[in-house]
Amino acid sequence: MSKLAPLIVGAGPAGVRAAQTLLEHGLRPIVLDEAPQAGGQIYRQPPPGFYRSKQQLYGFEAGRAHAIHRSFATLAPHLDYRPQTLVWNAQPDVVDTMHTATLAADSIAWQDIIVATGATDRVLPFPGWTTPGVYTLGGAQVALKFQGCAIGRKVVLAGTGPLLYLVAYQYAKAGAEVVAVLDSSSLSDRMAALPAMLGQPALLLKGVYYLAWLKAHRIALHSHARLLRVEGGAQVNAVVWRRESMTTADLAIGPEQTIACDALGFGYALRSETQLADLLGCKFGFDATQRAHLPARDVAGRSSVPGVYLAGDGAGIMGADAAELAGERAALALLQDRGIAIDSARAALLERRLARIAAFRKGLERAFPFPQRWAALADDELIVCRCEQISAGELRQAVRANQAQEMNRLKALTRIGMGRCQGRMCGAAATEILAQACAVPLAQVGRLRGQAPIKPVPIGMHARQAAAAPTASVFQVALAAGEDE
Amino acid sequence: MNAPVSTNISIGVKKLSADVLIVGGGIVGASAALALAKAGRKVVLLERDLCGSRSSGINYGGVRRQGRALSQLPLAQRAHRIWAGLRDLVGIDGEYVRSGHFKLARSAADMQALEAYAELSRPFGLGIELVSGERLRQQCPWLGGAVVGGSLCPEDGQANPRLVSPAFAQAAQRAGAHIIEACEVREAGYDGSAFSVRAELQGETLQVRAAALINCAGAWAGKLAEAFGEAVPMFSGHPNMAVTEPIPHFLPWSLGVEGGSIYCRQVSRGNVVLGGGRGYAQDALRARSSHDAILALLPQAVALLPALRHVHIIRTWSGVEGYLPDRQPVLGPSSTQDGLFHGFGFCGAGFQIGPAAGAVLAELVLQGRSETPIDAFSIRRFLPVADVNLASEPERKIQ
Repeated sequence: MSKLAPLIVGAGPAGVRAAQTLLEHGLRPIVLDEAPQAGGQIYRQPPPGFYRSKQQLYGFEAGRAHAIHRSFATLAPHLDYRPQTLVWNAQPDVVDTMHTATLAADSIAWQDIIVATGATDRVLPFPGWTTPGVYTLGGAQVALKFQGCAIGRKVVLAGTGPLLYLVAYQYAKAGAEVVAVLDSSSLSDRMAALPAMLGQPALLLKGVYYLAWLKAHRIALHSHARLLRVEGGAQVNAVVWRRESMTTADLAIGPEQTIACDALGFGYALRSETQLADLLGCKFGFDATQRAHLPARDVAGRSSVPGVYLAGDGAGIMGADAAELAGERAALALLQDRGIAIDSARAALLERRLARIAAFRKGLERAFPFPQRWAALADDELIVCRCEQISAGELRQAVRANQAQEMNRLKALTRIGMGRCQGRMCGAAATEILAQACAVPLAQVGRLRGQAPIKPVPIGMHARQAAAAPTASVFQVALAAGEDE
Repeated sequence: MNAPVSTNISIGVKKLSADVLIVGGGIVGASAALALAKAGRKVVLLERDLCGSRSSGINYGGVRRQGRALSQLPLAQRAHRIWAGLRDLVGIDGEYVRSGHFKLARSAADMQALEAYAELSRPFGLGIELVSGERLRQQCPWLGGAVVGGSLCPEDGQANPRLVSPAFAQAAQRAGAHIIEACEVREAGYDGSAFSVRAELQGETLQVRAAALINCAGAWAGKLAEAFGEAVPMFSGHPNMAVTEPIPHFLPWSLGVEGGSIYCRQVSRGNVVLGGGRGYAQDALRARSSHDAILALLPQAVALLPALRHVHIIRTWSGVEGYLPDRQPVLGPSSTQDGLFHGFGFCGAGFQIGPAAGAVLAELVLQGRSETPIDAFSIRRFLPVADVNLASEPERKIQ
């Protein structure tokens, strides 16, 4: 049987390198990407008509960004590249797409697929987080990279993770006033993590540089900072915080401090966009470091489903450099599985490099530890789900009154994860609250089942006949039309 | 029994005894458990997953009598009375509203079919009102396409199955029933004096003995029936469901189309729930909305309700429902084993009648007969004639 064109979903660092590798071996993949231009979130390109240098846009990453963009520009004419294309549904033999500008719907039959869907911020809400002027760190960065805007004039950045300092640096460089950086983790966390991170001195040095730069520019950097609330109704006008550890109850609590500002960016590292892997039927396992259920994969990126390969942050947060390596490795796995000869030494080299970065990432998790006490410290009034306005107290009440001990049951009873985001934004926080309320390990409360659409699609999207219609064999024979309950 | 060599697995067999053992914690099983516990019977209910998490919890949420086979109407009327007292019965309103159920006619032939149904069902007292096309166009400017007329059953309505079905199980528990979730039945038999069921609970074996056994295992009930020599031609169906983002209220009824394959309702939060077509089975336990069905449903939704064109679908889902070839449930006593009762195979239409089916099953256990006619749903209709002749009396009191 002649094989269909391989599918790549996502044109970030993983997708681009996967496409390049397949092309080099004589295959012409279909590359589906939601963004108008390749690069992913990290190397997102500004829209036409915006002129800022790569150095301004990406700083240290300018070289990488340039390489990715140039690679893709060279590749694009040889690919079946479909930008502005949302993959909103997937089945064992077909994916459904929608063009985000024209709303044209399409379906693409597939036999092998590389899933490189990337990540979003991990959001841990705090009182007032839905006030206008509050953004995620990733959102704040996208505003800068894509539109060339800052989220405010006087900006506070909070949370934890490497992105916190990178965004602070980028904002300050771009001319915004960064009034404070509030990190929930501490310097001692960073020191403890050093040994694990020394294996990747270049990456480590970048982080050290950002910190030094921020300090040199007298930007207030606070550690062990707990975000208490933002003030202001129609717009943020202040952030209130205090010194309090989010990982241990041992630290003395400091007095409340108020910082006047007009915008806040916050985030606690990243979370993988795993819905497509879920719809494709991949098996998931709990990852204790990332505190999330992630699709299982081997070192080459093969998922539990034959023909489905996983690469980049969408399969587990490893960063952009790892994504490039993983994209190439997954493409080599796909080629191997198609019986196409590959350079096995190259494959082995990629795996070794990925393993080194994995060790570094473990260090990063220690350097910027997850705020373990977040759920315990969350007040009952705290809104966890902004779409459906579900509070932490309502979630806990469902545990007490209805014995909900599992995420899907919690969803059924409370509507958490039933709004527009379908749990993409609130799921991580809700899982933490549920585990805390049940006093069980996080792994035990499970995860929200993925369901199409991955992102909302308008009912009136214009369907057109797919060139290659899916086979009907996998579907149950339709029953006589009738109105069910 | 020889002890296995491995010692790190608990090999204890937990034993329970009960007057009545119910297999399946959907709306039918949980209602039966509630009624029996209230009557003072010792009830054990085994649920493989979570109570009300399968077709009882994932269905469309229509609480509809209109359109049912006439044979179901006595049961549906009984259910109608139960739904009226839902809050007193299970402690929540479950978003149950008697919003009315409206069936739209797109053609004169469809209208004739609705008229015929209204006439035939009149003795049962559903209170159906026929509505002319002219009145409909005036009152419902949001309806798209051909509008010839329709049939309104004002006291039919809708409820939230995610809330209602688990609430029945909780009410049963409060009434004293012993509800055991995440417990899968492995073996069932009758040893001459009682039913004996072996189940698995967190890697351990649970043995339950009971004088009566009720099979409410939904799409998976066929196996249990078969264990008692009553194989039925059951198959699974997977409804294709979708829901929109919340929008301002405009849709007063639960809405269906005569002869059509789309139905919809707007929930109190404002989301429009749409159903139509079939999902696909991922395996024996799980189902998902299918590519084909979603893509077929969306244009139908726009044709029916043009205002939905720019509204987003935020989720689709499906589930596993038990079907029988004649689209009628199995409800009543076993034909092979005294003390065994069946209530399953509701063919995607069990939510409204579920509470009544549970009440009937409880009556059968307690009194050996039900006040509600259920002969049409006997399991005998699927058994070879010879077996029926050999079968025991259908109504026998359980001691």
